Amino acid sequence: MPFIPHTEEDIAEMLASIGAKTIEELFDEIPKELVSGELTGVPPGLSEMEISRLMMERATTDGFYQNFIGAGAYEHHIPAAVWQITTRGEFYSSYTPYQAEASQGTLQLLYEYQTMMASLTGMDVSNASMYDGATALAEAALMAVRSHKSSRRILIPKTVHPVYRQVVRAIVSNQKIEVVELPFNTQSGQIEPGSLSDFANEEFAALVIPQPNFFGVLEQVDALTDWAHSKNAFAIGVVNPTALALLTPPGEWGSKGADIAVGEGQPLGIPLSSGGPYFGFMACKNDLVRQMPGRIIGRTTDLDNKPGFVLTLQAREQHIRRSKATSNICTNQGLMVTAATIFMSLLGPEGLRRVAAQSHANTLELVEQLGKINGVKRAFSGPVFHEAALTLAAPVAEVLSKLKQKGILGGLDLQGYYPELGNALLVCATETKTTNDLQNYAEALKHAIG
Amino acid sequence: MSVPTNLKYSKSHEWVKPEADGTVTVGITHHAQELLGDMVFVELPEIGRTLKQKEECAVAESVKAAADVYSPISGEVIAVNSPLADEPGKINEDAFSAWLFKMKPSNASELDGLLDAAAYTELVENEDH
Repeated sequence: MPFIPHTEEDIAEMLASIGAKTIEELFDEIPKELVSGELTGVPPGLSEMEISRLMMERATTDGFYQNFIGAGAYEHHIPAAVWQITTRGEFYSSYTPYQAEASQGTLQLLYEYQTMMASLTGMDVSNASMYDGATALAEAALMAVRSHKSSRRILIPKTVHPVYRQVVRAIVSNQKIEVVELPFNTQSGQIEPGSLSDFANEEFAALVIPQPNFFGVLEQVDALTDWAHSKNAFAIGVVNPTALALLTPPGEWGSKGADIAVGEGQPLGIPLSSGGPYFGFMACKNDLVRQMPGRIIGRTTDLDNKPGFVLTLQAREQHIRRSKATSNICTNQGLMVTAATIFMSLLGPEGLRRVAAQSHANTLELVEQLGKINGVKRAFSGPVFHEAALTLAAPVAEVLSKLKQKGILGGLDLQGYYPELGNALLVCATETKTTNDLQNYAEALKHAIG
Repeated sequence: MSVPTNLKYSKSHEWVKPEADGTVTVGITHHAQELLGDMVFVELPEIGRTLKQKEECAVAESVKAAADVYSPISGEVIAVNSPLADEPGKINEDAFSAWLFKMKPSNASELDGLLDAAAYTELVENEDH
């Protein structure tokens, strides 16, 4: 049986029957400006030898930089065993198969993953993952609105990743959900507490609380969670999984804990890879589980009392409930989750804590060294985890370009996202950086600014 | 199981019991629970919610499917059978006593448009063939 089921003749026959001359004509209702055209960077079929050579040549053009950019995707050491095991034949399937229960190994892995994520976030249940952190947040917003019933308004502070806010708007705005952005305090870099009083008499379905926030700063999560609950709204935590090894998990924020926790899973063993594939995680309290989108794997016993794994609560999924499913735009990222599960198993809670502590220490050290340079200041006073915003006395784009010439990716220019901050740079140092690396960066920045 | 003659029925398989005080009690029929199978969850409407006739107002979830329950008439929800959330199996045991919610009708004449036991039995029989 061929992998490509349609021959040229098949296609011609089908087109003739529809009454279209070409495939292009079949899709001509798609506006021309949306069509991406030819993929010029992708050559036609090449032999293995040719493609290996091409990819090696292209890899060298990426260069070998010291990376100090975080901003949502974090460079961490990935033990060689992670992908060695992940790519074994037994694991190397990227999806829950349609006949899910036939693949007990896949289901068990997802079950273990859910258990780890529920424990890391302090929540009751986790799903089997989502596309990425941004879509997981959008799904959390939809989930909150479905559960709240009387309000379709979501409060998202501007300290949430700007791309996440964009994705949330793109996904929820056509569902008559109102997204309201809350300002941040320009001193602390945290959600402006005064902005909450604007909602003293206003109803909303959920407050999104980032921890740490996009500036790397820690938010007052306990007070914010309690405030949201006092307004009969849900609290949605957007969290960094590495940070959770040290910080209070969302399930324990305030007096009742956040209701939903989401985030980007990439720091758990997934390489940066130019932005993807990554995976999103999502966990929630028990009373919201029926509104949680995606797959959930459960453990049960069969007729012989042997343990087994099954899909749970799938009556609400898209293949059964169609247009009324909890989500029609989600799936799990099976292969990435496999790697993350192996990564977490290898490190264990103590290993993860050490990665988090070293990343935190390196960032504090970097910020201290950079702060000594004339023309470099910390942008905010709030405590940080493994990332910090700086203001520079020179245009950031120019500084970054000078650093790049010295083999350093110096951070993210915040100008485009937050013009009000002026010349602001977001820097991150994970456990991958040595004291020497930090000194080199400080030296290079000094020259780039001076 | 016989279809009780003291109740009214909707084509979407809800039963309606007119009470002496003018309110009505609503549930899903024996036939509906038979189609769905073992019930695992019931999502009930909010008390105080105003419903239009045929509006989606509850979800009956079984191991096989999550089915919407439609309001058989227009009116306000005045009570819900909250204990059912913990014991959804009661619907399988006796669908005609495991009520979902009570309503205060806003247009009592809509009750006249519902099916009686004979008409509902005929509907179910025709559906089966």
